Parts: sequence; structure tokens; C-alpha cells
Amino acid sequence: MTSSAFDVEAIRKDFPILTREVHGRPLVYLDSANTSHKPRAVLDAIEDFYAAHNSNVARAVHTLGSEATTLFEASRDKVAAFINAASREEIVFTKNSSEALNLIAYSISNATTTPGAERFRIGPGDEIVVTEMEHHSNLVPWQLLAQRTGATFRWLPIDDDGRLVESSIDEIINERTKIVSFVHQSNALGTVNPVARLVERAHAVGALVVLDASQSVPHMPVDVQALGIDLMAFTGHKMYGPTGVGVLWGRYDLLAEMPPFLAGGEMIETVDMAGTTYALPPHRFEAGTPMIAEAIGLGAAVDYLTAIGMDAVHDHEQALTAYALEAMATVPGLRIIGPDQPVDRGATISFALKGVHPHDVSQLLDEQGIAVRAGHHCARPVCVRYGIAATTRASFGIYTTTAEIDALVAGVARVSEVFA
Amino acid sequence: MSGLSMESMYQEIILDHYKHPHHRVLLEDFDAEVHHVNPTCGDEVTLRVQVRDGAIAALGWQGEGCSISQASTSVMSDLVVGKDIASALALQELFLGLMQSKGSAHLGDEDADALEDAVAFEGVAKYPARVKCALLGWMAMKGAVAQTEGARP
Ligand SMILES: Cc1ncc(COP(=O)(O)O)c(C=O)c1O
Repeated sequence: MTSSAFDVEAIRKDFPILTREVHGRPLVYLDSANTSHKPRAVLDAIEDFYAAHNSNVARAVHTLGSEATTLFEASRDKVAAFINAASREEIVFTKNSSEALNLIAYSISNATTTPGAERFRIGPGDEIVVTEMEHHSNLVPWQLLAQRTGATFRWLPIDDDGRLVESSIDEIINERTKIVSFVHQSNALGTVNPVARLVERAHAVGALVVLDASQSVPHMPVDVQALGIDLMAFTGHKMYGPTGVGVLWGRYDLLAEMPPFLAGGEMIETVDMAGTTYALPPHRFEAGTPMIAEAIGLGAAVDYLTAIGMDAVHDHEQALTAYALEAMATVPGLRIIGPDQPVDRGATISFALKGVHPHDVSQLLDEQGIAVRAGHHCARPVCVRYGIAATTRASFGIYTTTAEIDALVAGVARVSEVFA
Repeated sequence: MSGLSMESMYQEIILDHYKHPHHRVLLEDFDAEVHHVNPTCGDEVTLRVQVRDGAIAALGWQGEGCSISQASTSVMSDLVVGKDIASALALQELFLGLMQSKGSAHLGDEDADALEDAVAFEGVAKYPARVKCALLGWMAMKGAVAQTEGARP
């Protein structure tokens, strides 16, 4: 699997934390869907910013101020190129995915009273569609938007395999639909959704398409123009960057008409006591001093991933997924929650172990140095759908090895033994 | 025990109580019933008590959840059935203190004797996320007893 182009051992050396021990065992970190680790290059970029260039952006004319601004804006260029945005102005820095999604939802409700934003207005009789597999961050903001505007909140159901019910798409997305927002790759199930199919239907009925790419941008090539979507959210800390920075991408013509969400410094054009006009995107949506060091760190993470190549990253993780699904199928009493074949799914595998609560599974794995996540993964409706309180989830990243998957499989077998 | 270390949170006593819980039956004749949940693990317990002459004459429960919550409820039941309410609540205080010690408690012989099987949960105190699991049944017992006291003139 480790071709000469992709050398997982070399990659592991770039991540200082991977030399750690936990309970006297080498750390086996299988929780990258929760948050990923950070390579040395990202840590250095953040330290270098504070040590050598620290200053506020966009307002100081002194040397440090212009260096800081240059570094910060260079990250915007890197992110734009990484997702093939049509222009750098389409990249808005936010705190994380959750803030990017809330920004869209609040901007849309602000459209109700903003002249020139008529195309974003929604109200009674209009419908907002999500899926049953959404992370709460792409579910609750839309429920709240529906509550504020009187629109109807709807969702596409999922089947026993953890996939969208194809036959529901044309019925649920209809002439009344104004927004379709869905997850690219599910954090709870690993499912990769059929973006082209959903975009085609949504656009056929004139709805806006929002993509939650929190779990796809770190793991596969994502080209916003090829996907044909309208708006997209992702988060720095899951793509080997720091916490505290995320991205809203939007087609420029849309961003240019969207009303602001947060107001403050840097988002204005001119302020008068009688009224204010707003800056053009992206600055309209970046009120106040931004997360400068974090954005620069994200730029370093993008450079790091670009150097490896997202096709190579995807190949590596697809191979791991196939390997893991096959190995996990051999554990007695283990049931995969989500697609059990390595097709249209990513390297995030949820499972249930007969007779053992997920919190006991994860705690006993932790005692063996293996970090996984247990819970509803902020996607409680998924657990409800499968009639379980929680799942245990193992998720992989660029630094994951097949030896670590072997450790997981042996570890889970041990858990079963203890509880037998 | 299957190669698990002495430091493991999963002491044999805990696993035994989880696999074979005591008093896990709902009383037909009871003075108070409570339902407690622990959102961390989604643990639930429904617990009923029967109080006679100031003592816990009988206690039974039904529950679902992680091994720590279920085993701890089982151990608690063994400890308090037959005890007068003041002693049961004193034990509850003692166990609560142990759980809130962040793993730094040094139980004296007397306290350790009083807690019997419950000392097996000492290791749980090091894991803040799991402390609520161990306390679930104890809190339910306290709540149920308080109800019976409030009901009396
Ligand atoms: C699919 C998905 N959407 C949204 C989020 C929210 O990301 P953040 O917590 O960084 O805002 C996550 C992360 O947990 C996620 O997995």
C-alpha cells in the first residue's frame, strides 16, 4: 500500500505527538475525524508568526503589520487554490465549520429586512432540506432558521446501510425547497453522499446547495467548481491545521448579495450614524480581528497536504478503509454501523460490539493506548435511526498505518474477552 | 483477568456485578420510585425503595447503560439494603467523596471496610467523564429515600 509516492512512515515523523505513549503503550490514534494532529510545519508556522511577525492585519501600515497581512492573505490564496475556488474573494475565514454554517443561516434570515437580498428571503411555505445523517452543526442552525422565518424543516431519510434513500430525493426536494444542505462525508457513518445527484435535483427546483465538507476536504480532492455547489463549510482542525479557524466558501455572486451576519471592524465600507454600507466579500463576513495565527497555520496545513497530494491521501485512506472493514468483519459480535463495503465511504468506521457499551469499549481500548471515540458523534438522529444509544468510532488519517488497524482489531477482540 | 493490568478501571468485581447484577428487579410494593439518567453514556436507572422503621427494607432497580453505571448500582444495592437511612446516606457521602477525589483519595481501613465492593470503583475517580456513571445508582438511591422522607408527616 505504501507506494514510493506515499510514505506513511515518513509522514509520521512529521507529527511530534505520534511519539507519545499512553498508559505505557505507543499511542494508536484513531480519532482523526474528531480532530487531527498537527505536523511540525503547522506548529512552526504559528510559532514563527508570533515570534517574528506578530501584528494586527489590515489596519497597521508599519512593517510588522504589513508582514502579518501578507501572511494572512497568503493563506487565503492557498485555501482558494486547494479547493479550486474561482477567486480568493470567495474564501471567508470563520472560527470553524459550525460558525460558517451559522453564518449562512443568519445571513439568510437577515435577508428578510435587507434591501437587495431578496433572492435569499425565505418564509412560510418555503422548505429547508437536510439529511438524517447530519452533524448537529448542519442540522440545528437550519432548524433555528426555520423557526425564525416560518419555513418548514425537512430531511432526506437514510437506509439500513447508512445511505440516503434514493427514491426520497425527488419527493423531498421539490418546488418549495429553497435550501438543500448536506454532509459530503458523514462523520458518524463514513458515507460519501452523491453530490452530483443532489445538486442536479436542487438546482432543477431552484434551491441553493450548501455542502458540509468538514469530513471530506481533509481526505479527498475537493473541487468546488466541479462539484457545482453554491456554498461550503469546512474546519481547519480536522485537516491537520489548528483549532479556531474554519472556512466558508461561496460563489462570489452569492456572497456579494448576502447580508452580513456579525458586524464590527473591517466588515464595513463606510460608517455613518445614519447608516452603514458593507465591505465586499470576503471582508464583509470577517468582523473584528480574525484568527491570524490560526489562519496562517491553516495555510501551512494546506501546503503540507498539497505537497503530499490529495489523490495520494485519498488512495492511502481508501486502502486503509478496505483493510479495516475486512479485518473488523472477523471480530465476533462486531457490527458495522454504516456502509460495510469500501465503496462511496471514507475512513471513518462506526461499530457496535455485542454486549458491551461503547464507552466501555473506548475506555478499555484507551487502557491499551488506542484512542477511538464513543458516543453519538454529534449526530444523535443517526443513533436513533439504528436503535442504539451510541457507537464506537475509529477514524483514520494520513498518518494511520495498517499495523494500527491490526492493534484496533486485537484490542476490540480483547474487549469482547473481558466482557465475555 | 484476561491480561488486564491491576490499574485497569475494570476490576473483576466490577465485571462480575455487571454480568450478574444484584437486586435488579422492580419492587411491587414500594414507597418511592425515581428515574435517573446520565447523558454522558446514555445510562438510565429506575429505582424503587421500600422504607420500614427508618431503614431501607427493600430496594430494586432496572437499568441500562455502561458497565460502570450498572455494576455500581448493583454494589450500592447490596450495601444499603437493611441499613437505616442515616447509615445509607453516610455511605453515599463516603462514595461521593471517593469519586470526587480525582484519584487522590487515600481510604482509611475503616472507610474501605464500610464501602466493601464499592472500593473497586476507586480507579474510576481518575476519569472525570466516567464519575457520573459510577454515581448514577447512588444518586438515585438518595433521591428515592428523600422522597419517602418528604412523604412522611
Ligand atoms: C460533518 C461535520 N460537520 C460539522 C462539524 C463541526 O466542526 P466544528 O466543530 O469544527 O465546527 C464536524 C465536526 O465535528 C463534522 O464532523
